[in-house]
Order: sequence, then C-alpha cells, then structure tokens
Amino acid sequence: MPGNSTRPPAEHEPPPPLNLMATLVRLGAIGLLSLLVTAAFAYTGGWLTPDRLTPVRVIDGFEQVNGLHPGFRRNHAKGLCIAGVFESNGQGLRFSKASVFDLGQVPVIGRFALAGGQPYLPDSPQAVRSMALRFMLSDGEEWRTGMNDIPVFPFNTPEAFYEQLMASLPDPATGKPDPAQMADFLTNHPETARALALIKNRPVSSGFANDTFNSLDAFFFVDPNGNEVPVRWSMVPGEPFAAATQPETPDNNYLFEDVIARVGRQPLEWHLVVTIGQPGDPTGDATIAWPDDRQRVDLGTLVIDHVEGEDSGRCRDVNFDPLILPDGIEPSDDPLLNARSAAYSRSFTRRAGEAKPPSAVTAPPLSKGA
Amino acid sequence: MILAMLFIGVGMVASLEDYHWLLRIHRPLGVAILVLAAVRLINRLVHPAPPLPGHMPAWQRFAAKSSHVLLYALMFLQPLVGWAMLSAASYPVVLWGSLLLPPILHHDAMRYAELRELHTLLAFLFFAVFLAHMAAALMHALIHRDGVFESMAPWRQTLPPPAPPPARGGG
Repeated sequence: MPGNSTRPPAEHEPPPPLNLMATLVRLGAIGLLSLLVTAAFAYTGGWLTPDRLTPVRVIDGFEQVNGLHPGFRRNHAKGLCIAGVFESNGQGLRFSKASVFDLGQVPVIGRFALAGGQPYLPDSPQAVRSMALRFMLSDGEEWRTGMNDIPVFPFNTPEAFYEQLMASLPDPATGKPDPAQMADFLTNHPETARALALIKNRPVSSGFANDTFNSLDAFFFVDPNGNEVPVRWSMVPGEPFAAATQPETPDNNYLFEDVIARVGRQPLEWHLVVTIGQPGDPTGDATIAWPDDRQRVDLGTLVIDHVEGEDSGRCRDVNFDPLILPDGIEPSDDPLLNARSAAYSRSFTRRAGEAKPPSAVTAPPLSKGA
Repeated sequence: MILAMLFIGVGMVASLEDYHWLLRIHRPLGVAILVLAAVRLINRLVHPAPPLPGHMPAWQRFAAKSSHVLLYALMFLQPLVGWAMLSAASYPVVLWGSLLLPPILHHDAMRYAELRELHTLLAFLFFAVFLAHMAAALMHALIHRDGVFESMAPWRQTLPPPAPPPARGGG
C-alpha cells in the first residue's frame, strides 16, 4: 500500500465510543499492568524483600562491626602498594589459553594488606595477611586476584560469613562480642570449626616477604579446545620461611616496614604455583583443602621491585575483584566468588566517592633493581 | 532489550549469587543498545515518524514528542555513562571473552563514583519514562483507539485501508 507509512492514523472511520464501564475497565487494566511491572522491578531490586542478603547489607555489616572509615576499603583496610612483573615460564599454556601464561613478562601492580576493616589496625603476628594482584595484559585484559596467607577460608557461603560477622558485633551491654553467639555459630557450622583448626595450626611466617598467599577459592583453567581443569593457586615465596615472633619494640607498622626495607635492598620473588584438582575435589567449598598429593605446577615468577604508600601509590583506587579474569580463566561454582565480586564492587563504589584520609602506612616510592 | 537491561541492572546489584553472569550480559547488551539506538535514530531521521492524529490536543503532542526525545537521549546516554564509569574506575571494559572496549576516561575514583550514581539515576528515569510511555501507548490502543498505537506496533506493517468510495454509476 503506497504511502501508508506517512498517512496520519485515524483518517478512517473512528470506532464506536466506549461506554463508561468499558472505559473504566480498560483504564483499570492499564493501571494494573503498570503496577505489576513496577512491582516486578521493585522485587528484582530487592526493595520488597529487606531480609534478602545483598551486597549493600554485607558492606553495611562490615561498617557496623568496624565502624565507618570513609575513604578506606571495608575489609583489608590497612595496606601498602606494590608493583613489579610476572615472568611467565609458559607452563600455564598446558592448561589455559590465557595470554598471561605466554612466555614473557606481564606488568603487575598489587597490594599487601591485613585482613579486617580497621585501617589503623596495629600489626601483629596474629593478623591474617593478604596479597592482591592486578596482572595487566598487553591486549587490555586483566587478571585480578586477592589471596590470603591461610590454608583454607573459614566459611563456605556468604550467608555463613555474614552470620559470623553479625555474631561478632559487640554486645551493647558489655562492649564486647557475646561469646555465646560465636559458640552457637560454630555449633551450627562445623565446617568453620574444622577450617579454624587448620588455620590455627598453620605455621605463621615472620612477615610479608616470606609468606605464602593462597587463592582459597577454586577456578577453572580453560585450554584452546575448551577443556577445563579445576585449579587453586598460590604465591610461594622465594624467601625462606622464618617463624613469626613478637616484635621487640612495639611498632604498629612493623610488618609493613619490614617488607619496605627488604624491597629497598633487593626485589622479592614469589612463584605462582597452581594446584590441579582431580574429579571429586570440591570446587565449591573453600573450607576444604584439596589432598596434598595433587599435581602442583610452577607457572612463573612474580618479581616485586617497587613499594609505595597508598596515598600516592597506584593500588588504592583499584578494586581487586577476583572475577576480573582474562579469557582462559573461569570462576568455579564457589559461591564466595560471586559474593566477593558483588560486595567488593559496593565497597569500592562507596569509598571512591569519599575523601581519602592518610593511610596508616606512609612510604615514599621505593624501587630496587634495574 | 532496554527493559531487560533495567531489570538486569537492578537485579545484579542486589544479588550475591547472580552478580557475575548478570554483569556479563549487562555490558555487551548495553553496547548493543547503543549501536541499535544509533541505527534507530538514523532511520528516524531518514523516515520521519507518522504524524499524530489531527484531533490530538497540544499537550498530548508535547508529551509525546518530549517523551520520545527523552527516550532517545537515555538510549545514548545510559550506555555511554556505563562505559565512562567503568573507564574511570579503571576496570577493563569486557564485551565478551577477550574482546574489550578501550577506556574513554582516565582513572579517577571520584569521577567513577559520580558516574556510578548517575547511571543509577538515569536507570530509574528510564524506567519511569518507559512506564509512562507504555501506559500512554495502551491508552491510545484501548481508550482513544485513534490508530496511534497501530502506527507504533511492529506487527502491524500496514494501516487499515480507508473505506473505499462507494461505487457510483452515472451521475
């Protein structure tokens, strides 16, 4: 029909007018549909289910327990920027097509930190330490990872993590957490009790430089044919192990000052060691260690030759989201991974818009080596 | 697609377990909408919209025109704000696999925070305009029945033909 796309509508005979009843029914239908669509939107966004655990509630929980420290990460709040390169030895290509495993060097920035949401936490032998890394591949892809120096994680679901977080809230009457709440939690979560026993029995190293950092969560390496192997990875120090001791003089930053001094003398090295899981090894439970006899492969050397305080360094305004992965590395079914990614995003969004007070560890840029 | 994006957007930031796969869809879908919005706009400039019925009051014409301008603006602005926000956060802007978009802003955390908030505001505005648009379209379809809905609906390619003039013999 020529020209009908430009002919105005309703040049034809208008339809018979609606009676009042028909009009009201139709108006009602339009109203109802609008209401339903809005309700679906509200439900999806969580506004109709305030009890649902969301990233906002998780981060609010951290702020409740630790107090609000604007500008700082809501966990692993106290830290130091590091930088260097990853020297890949090519072995990773046996399992993963990720270009980070091509033979060669990849620039890396990262961060050492203490677990916990207190930005001015005094260093101590009991503190759990973390290493976060951002591998910056030449095509713009990135691999980000956050690892801890414990053998397993104490919780295997975000709900359990949050439950424990809330159980650690100080009782208003005493100003301290209620021990009965924590005891209840452990009774209901035997996996946590088992994990804590493993964590308690671990040998604690004397500092960041000779510490082993573990991914805890599992991932999949994917090769060019689509074959997948489950993996967990670790950064294993080149520095020999020495047991942690109480610092001789009280110094709130002794762990960070030690690693700053060491990098000032010479670069520090870690080996990226990947543990290949076997069928049946749980990928979805971070409280369970894989058997000791699993194949371990050294994929290359991380060389850290630069440290710098967060105030001027390049790690503060970075979110080390463990699900920022290159093609060739995929998340496992570990529910903590999605929860970490979502929660870190919320923490990052909040702190990005806040003024940044000075970090506890101040250090001018320091590099060693050519 | 836009409606799906709005739901995916509010859903993923409220979720712990579904965050990653929703985010993986959200980014390429946003870019697809940006491209389609450009195609749509070019098409609209080449093939103007059918005129509104003659009897439509001026305030309705204004509401129709301005809501369409607003929808086009949002169709372009929202994905661009998303791209800019990820750039300012220094996140890799992953479309799929190893296919990335380049950053369009320098690393600036405060800028990220502002754009992130804007992304949410625009999403709510988008949803409100969508709702108003849907309700108005249904008003035309069910209450006014003035052919305006038919001119929008993609499944009616042709308008009802005019009543043929009555055959006359002689005269």
